[in-house]
Amino acid sequence: MSIGSLEGSVAPSNEIQLSGLVKSFKGPDGPIRAVRGVNVQIAAGETVALLGPNGAGKSTTIDMLLGLLHPDEGSVSIFGRPPAQAVAAGAIGGMLQTGELLRDLTVGELIAMMASLYPSPLDVEEALELSGVSEISGQRTQKLSGGQTQRVRLAVALVSNPQLLVLDEPTVALDVEGRQAFWTTMRAFAARGKTVLFATHYLEEADAYADRAVLMAHGAIVADGPTTQIRAMVGTRTIRATLPGVEAQELAALPGVNSVDRRGEAVILHCVDSDAAIRALLAAQPHALDIEIAAAGLEQAFLALTGDGPPGGEDSQRSADAFGRSGVDR
Amino acid sequence: MTLTYLRYELLRTVRNRRFFLFSLGFPLVLFFAIVPPNRHVSDFQGSGIPFPLYYMVGMTAFGTMSAMISCGGRIAAERAVGWNRQLRITPLSPRSYFRVKVITAYMMAALTMLALYAAGASLGVTLSGSQWLKMTGLILLGLVPFAALGVMLGHLLTPDSIGPAMGGGISLLALLGGIWFPLGHHGFLSELAQFIPSYWLAQASHVALGGQPWSSKGWIVMIAWTVGLSALAARAYRRDTGRI
Repeated sequence: MSIGSLEGSVAPSNEIQLSGLVKSFKGPDGPIRAVRGVNVQIAAGETVALLGPNGAGKSTTIDMLLGLLHPDEGSVSIFGRPPAQAVAAGAIGGMLQTGELLRDLTVGELIAMMASLYPSPLDVEEALELSGVSEISGQRTQKLSGGQTQRVRLAVALVSNPQLLVLDEPTVALDVEGRQAFWTTMRAFAARGKTVLFATHYLEEADAYADRAVLMAHGAIVADGPTTQIRAMVGTRTIRATLPGVEAQELAALPGVNSVDRRGEAVILHCVDSDAAIRALLAAQPHALDIEIAAAGLEQAFLALTGDGPPGGEDSQRSADAFGRSGVDR
Repeated sequence: MTLTYLRYELLRTVRNRRFFLFSLGFPLVLFFAIVPPNRHVSDFQGSGIPFPLYYMVGMTAFGTMSAMISCGGRIAAERAVGWNRQLRITPLSPRSYFRVKVITAYMMAALTMLALYAAGASLGVTLSGSQWLKMTGLILLGLVPFAALGVMLGHLLTPDSIGPAMGGGISLLALLGGIWFPLGHHGFLSELAQFIPSYWLAQASHVALGGQPWSSKGWIVMIAWTVGLSALAARAYRRDTGRI
């Protein structure tokens, strides 16, 4: 084991700690810095969303958490143990992003096969039931639809009956109905006192199903907090109006408005509470024209947070600071 | 806990019919195509070995080599769909994983061996009990480097490329090892053959002549291949998984 792992074992045993994780990959134009200094602590029993656009470094972070990748720098501690030990003890159940199922077995056989690898697995029937695949337990794994495959992969993760359940973009292949069923299962499992970490690029999923969200962009954490707070930060809306001759500062003082940009005759109000802001705006400036209210998508919100240019360590840092402050102000 | 795992791994292998084609069907069909017209030849091209025995062991070597190397096909297939990553986050250790793969390969090899022994016996192969046992022991030992070769290829190749690589590789090993026809006692091919593991695998038929089928040179060659291929397999595995 590396020295990093030894450092990790000093951590309190009821926590998951990612400390100073850095990982680069070789790319055609020099190294790609996929993860650049990630620090996260997760308490036992928490459900945490790792939220970010594609390419933010979520999967790389999860691979390091699971011990599938060695960090270039930093360490991982899972309830006081390095990943390899936690995995060997059967403390982690994972649903990875890519992959099909093992062929030439039925669903039930596959789950039984996986259950046999763990010290205290769930009952196979129970895992099939929880994941909603009891009815297809007799089918061969290579003959399933995308949604069914995804649910079987959930069963693979659940049957391990882990302390920590890690899900990398678990609902990507699911339709709306499947998604709801999936999260219902997930909540029931988390309610057994399990720690759950899931990666997603859907803000709504993080909002609805996690206690806390960790936002990643360009390989760094740009925010970390309760989902309500995160939603307020990321889920900003903008109000755009044609409003000549009004001081930007005056508009910025309106309730619910975070900041104001002026573009010629138009003003753009970045709002934390667009409902309050629009009422106040119409009351204060009844002659405002061409009013548009738009929700910023997650990708745009991240771009705004991290700067448009190529990601640099300093840029990310500054954005994180600005972000952090706006969170504290409220 | 690995026993249940092994049971399902065997079940999967048996359900995959492609496997039987190469390691069981092909050698059996060839055996029954080649041997009957020559079943009474008692010394095949100066090898000193009766024709049916020569081809029984030759085809056994061919089929069991395929069975061993095909564990690489299963590894490559698991890698291609990301299942190896799923397994790496279970308590199944790499050691147990490879043990299961190699045991499965040996089970399949044993099946091939039994089928060809039965085929041989049906066409007049007669050996004493101790000769059968000794020959079987040598073949099982001689398969160890091929297990390592399978693991290595499984971590280097894709499921698409491993089929042709296996087919070509096994045919070449069979040719150079004197499985299709005796290579004689002189000349370049016969010299070269003594450094090829498949040659010594097929040499197991020499139990019929009495004495030791494997010379000390044979043992050294087999041990060298085993050590060399195991080291390469371990390296391929480490490179593949990024573990150091």
